[in-house]
Amino acid sequence: MYVAESRSSKAPVDPALRPGRRAAAVPGTVLALGTVSLVTDISSEMVSAVLPLYLLTGLGLSPLGFGLLDGIQNGFSALVRLAGGHLADRRGADGASRHKAVAVAGYGLSALCKPLLLLVHTVPLIGAVIAVDRTGKGLRTAPRDAMISLATEPAHRGRAFGVHRAMDTAGALIGPLAAFLVLRLAGGPLLADGGQRHGYDAVFTVSACVAVLGVLVLLLFVPNRQPGETATATAPRLRDGLALLRLPGLRRLTFCAVLLGLTTVSDSFLYLLVQRRLGLATDLFPLLPLGTAAGFLLLAVPLGALADRLGRRRLFLAGHGALLLAYGLLLSPLGGLPAVVCVLVLHGAFYASTDGVLAAAAADAVPAEQRGAGLALVGTGQALARFGCSLAFGALWSAVGGTAALGWSAAALAGCVLAAAFVLRDAPRDTASGTPIAGTPTVGTPTAPGASGTAPPSDSEVPS
Amino acid sequence: MTPPLQGRTRVLILLVAVVLLGAVGTGAVLHAADNSTRTKQAQPGAPVVTPGPVSLRPPAGGRQLVFRNMAWGPHLDELVSVPADQPDGPRTSSGVQCLRFYAAAGTGICLRAERGALQDTYRAVVLDDHLRELKSFPAAGIPTRSRVSPSGHLAAWTVFVSGDSYAGTDFSTRSSIVDVRDWNLRENLETFAVIKDGKPYQASDVNVWGVTFADDNTFYATVATGGRTHLVRGDLAARTLTTLHENVECPSLSPDGTRIAYKKRVPGLSEDSPWRLYVLDLATMTETATAEQRNVDDQAVWVDDATLLYALPGDFGADLWTVPADGGGLAERVLEAAVAPAYPG
Repeated sequence: MYVAESRSSKAPVDPALRPGRRAAAVPGTVLALGTVSLVTDISSEMVSAVLPLYLLTGLGLSPLGFGLLDGIQNGFSALVRLAGGHLADRRGADGASRHKAVAVAGYGLSALCKPLLLLVHTVPLIGAVIAVDRTGKGLRTAPRDAMISLATEPAHRGRAFGVHRAMDTAGALIGPLAAFLVLRLAGGPLLADGGQRHGYDAVFTVSACVAVLGVLVLLLFVPNRQPGETATATAPRLRDGLALLRLPGLRRLTFCAVLLGLTTVSDSFLYLLVQRRLGLATDLFPLLPLGTAAGFLLLAVPLGALADRLGRRRLFLAGHGALLLAYGLLLSPLGGLPAVVCVLVLHGAFYASTDGVLAAAAADAVPAEQRGAGLALVGTGQALARFGCSLAFGALWSAVGGTAALGWSAAALAGCVLAAAFVLRDAPRDTASGTPIAGTPTVGTPTAPGASGTAPPSDSEVPS
Repeated sequence: MTPPLQGRTRVLILLVAVVLLGAVGTGAVLHAADNSTRTKQAQPGAPVVTPGPVSLRPPAGGRQLVFRNMAWGPHLDELVSVPADQPDGPRTSSGVQCLRFYAAAGTGICLRAERGALQDTYRAVVLDDHLRELKSFPAAGIPTRSRVSPSGHLAAWTVFVSGDSYAGTDFSTRSSIVDVRDWNLRENLETFAVIKDGKPYQASDVNVWGVTFADDNTFYATVATGGRTHLVRGDLAARTLTTLHENVECPSLSPDGTRIAYKKRVPGLSEDSPWRLYVLDLATMTETATAEQRNVDDQAVWVDDATLLYALPGDFGADLWTVPADGGGLAERVLEAAVAPAYPG
């Protein structure tokens, strides 16, 4: 039997059964949450795609300097994510967690922002609306991932997260196309520099309708209680969140996510370097993010399934190896379109083998009742580290130039991958087969952390 | 807690919601389409526009002004000409559509949008004196500025480029210069060496926009980096950009080459209307505020050595105004429903 992961709806999986064999490993809840993400991303990306055009031609405003708030945004977003994770773990009166409620609040907040764009017509206010939109995104990330992990058999979590991320990315790719289709049908894009906004208003209205649909799917088709949830009466308190770092598995994983995040050059820098180093035609530049997204979309499920088989931490490290290869390709004398495609495929593979896989790995290391806070902790650590890397990389670029800055980053990333491999070296295998014995959960009690190499507590897949 | 709904009820609720939301979305699209067809019908009281030949060579009678017509009707967004001394007279439309336009010495530059299968693409088109296309170049984003050198040999344009990141607030500009004699294209002026305060300078956030030409080798432009903007002097042969003065955007060089009209970000103004129209004396670096008290977001055009012409928002999108360059006088509206003017003579 499963200790903490006993599932109400299914018989326990026969340990002899190898994971990755059956296609029925993705529960309906994950597909529902994937649909919510897909639909919501269509809505968000519709707005993102036309926003610059809208600012310039719809309002006659200059968008330069619009991104100045990004730094403050990133820090604030990280805090919101932690709060979202913690709030979601709190218990309601019925003893169930509030993952769904917090997720609904997050998705709802973002949905509210779309019609607001019809009303605000100045840069500061538009900036404020986008900030609220991102707050919603920060709030919902941890409870959503917690629900995915709790709804899925531990052995198949990598693939489940892969399916979710693939659906999410599909939405991001469809969004801009939907926006231009609406502009086209509305007789736009209206090329008047100011004064004529109706084409954009149609985009914002349709985007709002799509966002409402996403919230509805969440309300109707995602259950309040996930099968993996423990019906415990003790709600985690705030200080239990800090005690999470006493879990050796989670501590190591967070440490590695931060370490590797510190050497992950942000997308916009990477695309800038692709353009300069590989000699890309100017008009193809806007397509670079689409290339990464396409790679991510195609590889998320197979690499997630591979993570279930080989171990999530291993794949997480391998993904950073793919990023290192992309850096190497950028630093090499190679150029032209084939090199660009290779870099984008590697970049997509990096996301496919780290984004959902990290969430799956983190879920293995946190007990069910603190899943939201635990996932938020790892994700936030990584996000803040990546933001720190952006600041450092920008400064380094000014000091030594783009190519040299990338060279240093590549060297640092290689070092961090080795260090992370060392830290995670004797971590227990996180697949359904062959896991060591787990201790009982000691969350919230100030016990000393176990010696290096002890198993993560409570919810590793332990046949006992 | 509410009791869980039956599966069938859930699907039914979803279907009803899809129908309702679909109706709202469809209504919004139809409403917008209806509005946009109205822009193709002439409005009463709007300037009169008639089709006819438009040339970039000065007519026998004197100067003419060529610009993008913004008056609603069948000639919306087309290049039109009016006699320079009768700007509010009847407009002659060429039938050539441009978002941004400039011309000098018989060479025109026209930035236009083209309908793609999935999204719009933009092109920079070099025109001859009869507005025929000589050559065109793909552009990576939304057109914003264009200029031609006094000799007509060089054309420059600036577009905004943005990635598709979530809630993308990441904007950058891309400026290009092409020699129309041999089609030698400098696709991205960011690759030029920046010399800031006399020292070589590099940064990831360098953006260049608003080229204005002195001759066939020297030009001026704005370079933004580290949250500040600078006037730079560019050298095409040496591939350098040298900073001269801070807080200068969209420079425009006077015909006598002594002064720069530009947008200055004046401290203390609101974030919506941060710019005022200023003139900088290149010999003394003295700044003079013009009498225009409103927010100007345009690269001004010199009517002559004493007068500036620029666009401000208006009922049809934009109107053209003039103001003396010496800081005296008053701003005056000279044209309704017009943008991107040039005296191509």
